[in-house]
Amino acid sequence: MRTHSSTDARRRQAGRRHPLASIALITIGLLSTGGAYALLTTTASADAPAASQASISEGQKIFASNCATCHGMSASGTADGPSLYGVGAASVDFQMGTGRMPLAYQGPQGEQKPPQFTQEQIDAVAMYIASLAPGPGIPDQKWLNGDGNIAKGGEVFRINCAMCHNVAGAGGALTEGKFAPSLSGVEARHVYEAMVTGPQNMPVFNDTNLTPQDKADIISFLKFQQDNASPGGVDLGSLGPVSEGLFIWIFGLGAVIGVTIWITARPN
Amino acid sequence: MTTVQDSTKTPSATPSKGSRFTGAVANYLDERTSISGITKELGRKIFPDHWSFMLGEVALYSFIAILLSGTFLTFFFEPTMTQVHYDGSYVPLKGIEMSAAYASSLDISFDIRGGLLMRQVHHWAALLFVAAIGLHMLRVFFNGSFRKPRELNWVIGFTLFILAMAEGFTGYSLPDDLLSGNGLRIIDGMLKGVPLAGTWISYLFFGGEFPGEVIVPRLYSLHILLLPAILVAALGLHLLLMVINKHTQYAAAGRTNENVVGVPIMPNFAAKAGGFFFVVFGVIVLIASFFTINPIWNYGPYDPSPISAGTQPDWYIGFLDGALRLVPPGLEFVLWGHTWSFNILLPMIVIGIFIVLVIIYPFIEAWITGDKREHHITERPRNAPTRTAIGAAGVTFYAVLWAAAGSDIIATHFHLTIEAVTHTLQALLILGPIIAYFVAKRICLALQKKDREIALHGYESGRMIRLPGGQYEEVHRELNDYERWRLVDYIDYKPLMVRPDARGRISPMQRVRAVFSRWFFEDRISPATRAELESGEGHH
Ligand code: HEC
Ligand code: HEC
Ligand code: HEM
Repeated sequence: MRTHSSTDARRRQAGRRHPLASIALITIGLLSTGGAYALLTTTASADAPAASQASISEGQKIFASNCATCHGMSASGTADGPSLYGVGAASVDFQMGTGRMPLAYQGPQGEQKPPQFTQEQIDAVAMYIASLAPGPGIPDQKWLNGDGNIAKGGEVFRINCAMCHNVAGAGGALTEGKFAPSLSGVEARHVYEAMVTGPQNMPVFNDTNLTPQDKADIISFLKFQQDNASPGGVDLGSLGPVSEGLFIWIFGLGAVIGVTIWITARPN
Repeated sequence: MTTVQDSTKTPSATPSKGSRFTGAVANYLDERTSISGITKELGRKIFPDHWSFMLGEVALYSFIAILLSGTFLTFFFEPTMTQVHYDGSYVPLKGIEMSAAYASSLDISFDIRGGLLMRQVHHWAALLFVAAIGLHMLRVFFNGSFRKPRELNWVIGFTLFILAMAEGFTGYSLPDDLLSGNGLRIIDGMLKGVPLAGTWISYLFFGGEFPGEVIVPRLYSLHILLLPAILVAALGLHLLLMVINKHTQYAAAGRTNENVVGVPIMPNFAAKAGGFFFVVFGVIVLIASFFTINPIWNYGPYDPSPISAGTQPDWYIGFLDGALRLVPPGLEFVLWGHTWSFNILLPMIVIGIFIVLVIIYPFIEAWITGDKREHHITERPRNAPTRTAIGAAGVTFYAVLWAAAGSDIIATHFHLTIEAVTHTLQALLILGPIIAYFVAKRICLALQKKDREIALHGYESGRMIRLPGGQYEEVHRELNDYERWRLVDYIDYKPLMVRPDARGRISPMQRVRAVFSRWFFEDRISPATRAELESGEGHH
């Protein structure tokens, strides 16, 4: 009986790849696709236009070749994309800067992906759209430094944002496959722009609703959360009791059962 | 390792080193307290050696961890809802108005040395405690270890499970953060859903309009006084009954209904078990040191207006939350001037029935089988196909409700729509248990068939031989007596026959019972009998 199982084990051992092999493979795969992606996107970049009028026409060009299929040649909208009149530079900067636009596919919600344009190109398109009709502009740097009142920001965040984004900004589900994304790693200016433009299913928080100072406080709060690891240790995705429950069943009980099996094993 | 038989009829004659030690201790104590009976009984108690028999111990040890860490927390926790301005060291909450309960929980987390670790130990241990009880209960169920004479201990054990959930819920509500307040809000909704008296009950419970000012101190009394007292008493009774009834054991050669085979508690097992306590404790502390649990500082103070995405109860309350999430819309209506909230009553009724059925299951099964014998041999789940199938159905039912509590997390993490997740789970709640029932039953019967086959003909060796006539045949390896015992030693029940009673009548009750009995035992595989085994021997 015993010899039987030990030969078995040896056979299994021989047939198995080294445990690190698959991790190495995945790493290589990720690195190579990432590298190729970076190469392709940088070759698409052009030099930043200097003058404002020049950048508006540059922006119009980029728009015509990348966005017009959905938003129309004059940005007045088609069946595939809404009119961009009055959305403002902030909206363009947010949508392109977080990689949502150009939209990759029609799904429940345009998702964040690595941006496909340089900041200069995005600025040009933003200027072009802003030149069509007035709308919220790019936020002033003074609101984005993260030096606001963190405690106040936390309170405002819990009241206005946590129902969709979760108290820790971990994200949450909405109806019909839509969701509020995780806020970790989002740049301060994009946070501000998201609030003033209200992308897709997010409501607009205009300045009477949340003053610029409130917004700066929220940004400071989010920055604090991001810069400071959970005081309690690994945060398990900040998903709350669901991840804690799974953890204790799989790892806690798993470890303990492993020990019980070892204790009750009969010495051979 | 020594394997001693603790037979209730024939005490072992030659005392080993361990039993001499036990004897000496018993003697020492007896001369002073005359409790030798207990010490002897405990010391000579035999413990079986299958890992699944240690799950109860895991629960016991995590309970001890809970008691120790909980006592630490009581030194610093302030169970009042007086409003204060937080002035501790956690910057994102500085100056915020909150209850003293929340402020003191934050102080425990940030300003009291070792406090955060103790909070995390307390909470992780609570999760492990209930998980271990749950698994322990499943072990007892699927092994049929709840049969006579252990029915009462099943009931006590299940009461412990409910008490543990209540302890967990009251504890989760103490820190008075957003999460605990949202949990209490659901309780408030459930209370108010009770027809006619609901609002009164809610006002009574919260001392006025929710959330009120008294709920935290009230829950605190429950959490550290009343519930632990009942829990410890029930636990004592549970362990006492276990010692009196002794453990069940798996069938094997030399194990009968009259003895218990295993290691006597003293000294080997006690050493191992003592070590095991530290292992369980160590695992809990290790997890608590490296993994955050209930980051109350993220949630902020309770305030009825905000709510967080992903608000869930701890896992053991999840099935109740899931039931509320799966209720179809439109079950609330106004009749006779009252609102009837069947969207809340329906899940409460269904779960109430489920819980009652689980508690009284041993009595239901005993009535159906009509079996009044004592059972000390653990049944392998396959040898009680209908019970195993019922268990599988129950587990599926619970699991679907449990999964439903995380429906939003499932939706975001698997890129599904929340509606699709909810509808799928609704369907699974009904179909899942039915499917699980039939699948489990078929699997049991198939395994029994395989056992019978092996008992009669031995294992397939994989070695083919050619007979002189040119015919090929596989050589079967014969079982030894020990192996065979394991496969054939089980009770073969048959459906009850409806027989007229003394007065020549058949009562309706008896008919019902016969129907149930047929359902239970109609599909069955009898163990290989002696005659079959003897005639089978030597054939291959
Ligand atoms: C495949 C079609 C498609 C393409 C290509 C596309 N968009 Fe869009 N865009 C949409 C749709 C659809 C929406 C509406 C999203 C929503 O609100 O659900 C949208 C929304 C926007 C918005 C937000 C409007 C608002 O109300 O705030 C901006 C700004 C925008 N697009 C800019 C761009 C730019 C700039 C480009 C080119 C770089 C681009 N889009 C390319 C389909 C497209
Ligand atoms: C009704 C729910 C809802 C509320 C309330 C809400 N959001 Fe959002 N938020 C969304 C959704 C949905 C998106 C995704 C939009 C998209 O993909 O275009 C989003 C996107 C964002 C993003 C972009 C994230 C990224 O990955 O690029 C930020 C930043 C953001 N929200 C911040 C906030 C802040 C700050 C508040 C509170 C002032 C808030 N949101 C309130 C639903 C909400
Ligand atoms: C089976 C028994 C018990 C269970 C399941 C249990 C569970 C819990 C849980 C889940 C919490 C919330 C912890 C948090 O994250 O903040 C809690 C809090 C608390 N428990 Fe227990 N507990 C149990 C027994 C006890 C006992 C016996 C005591 C006291 C001796 C105790 C004292 C406390 C205190 C003081 C708190 C509040 C502290 C805080 O929230 O920071 N508990 N309990």
